[in-house]
Amino acid sequence: MRAARAGDAAAYRRFLLGVAPYLRALARRSCQRAGLPREEAEDVVQDVLLAIHLKRHSWDAARPIGPWLAAITRNRLIDGFRRRGARPPEVSLALVAETLAAGEGEAADARHDVGRLLAQLAPRQRQVVEAVSIEGRSAGEAAARLRMSEGAVRVTLHRALKLLAALHRKETA
Amino acid sequence: MRTEDFIAALAADHRRPRLGPAVTPGLALGLAVASGGLAALLLLALVAGFRPGLGAALGTLRVGFKVALMLSLLAPALGLLRRLAEPGAPLGPWPRWLLLPSLLALAALALEAGAIPAATWRDRMIGQSAAFCLVMIPLLAAAPMAALMLALRQGAPTQPGLAGLVAGLASGCLAGGIYALRCGDDSPFFVILWFGLAIGIVASAGWLIGRRWLRW
Repeated sequence: MRAARAGDAAAYRRFLLGVAPYLRALARRSCQRAGLPREEAEDVVQDVLLAIHLKRHSWDAARPIGPWLAAITRNRLIDGFRRRGARPPEVSLALVAETLAAGEGEAADARHDVGRLLAQLAPRQRQVVEAVSIEGRSAGEAAARLRMSEGAVRVTLHRALKLLAALHRKETA
Repeated sequence: MRTEDFIAALAADHRRPRLGPAVTPGLALGLAVASGGLAALLLLALVAGFRPGLGAALGTLRVGFKVALMLSLLAPALGLLRRLAEPGAPLGPWPRWLLLPSLLALAALALEAGAIPAATWRDRMIGQSAAFCLVMIPLLAAAPMAALMLALRQGAPTQPGLAGLVAGLASGCLAGGIYALRCGDDSPFFVILWFGLAIGIVASAGWLIGRRWLRW
């Protein structure tokens, strides 16, 4: 994450990929306890990742990242379960931190598809998100394919992600 | 969408900010206090003006106490706010520093009780301008509060209600310190009752706003 802070997108991606399996283990365990279907866990994982992303500037690089990560995860986990009408899991910061630090990571189920919120985006926003994610293009490549400027792609992407977070919040409220 | 793909989208959205370092929560809060305080000062100058003989008044013990009490509350409130804006950050010594102003207030009450005859306590406490004080402090607090809330949204408060409450406390104290440049009721009896009430109103408003608006 420190390398990512300096603007290294590849390092940032590795960081998120590294965190995801632990988030997944935690989310699945919580879903099981709350009696929610296993598929919901992946949606929770993506919500947590989105929060980490949008709030990444709130981490003070002088402090260890563990407590920060644990607090964000706990916040989103509780919100996510409330939204699903399930009793929020009793996640202590210690439990989250423990799972993130040492727990067993779990791989995603093959081709698990969670496109529910994505479907609520405007068509252009969805195209941009899909181009850089599913098709794995860089912002520049996506811009060429969608006949947009690279700046416009970046702005659209950023707005789309913020909108996704807002949609998550609205469902919670 | 698969989570790995989703992560690719997040990474594509990540890059070094063009204009120097990212705005940290601490910097955002500092800017908010500066801009909000300046706005409140201008508002006071426009709406009510300053008290006559301000320079001399600031040198007296009673007015000095009024300003010092506000600053001694403002500083730990801001320190606490900085920690509340960052998920997982330890609160540090700030909650304890919030107790210092109450000692200051007790000492001032004792001194004042000894300095003036008991028959005048009531009049000193009610003062001349209580209603004006209750209107002006929340009014002056509005700009700092808005700026602090915006700054907090740059951070990620995991306890939005508490963060809003402390933001309200901080902006109320800032407004109180600025209103002290106008207020002509200088007895600690008056200050603690009416300034305290006004700041309490602002802090409650902050709590309500925070609960709704600082969630993420």
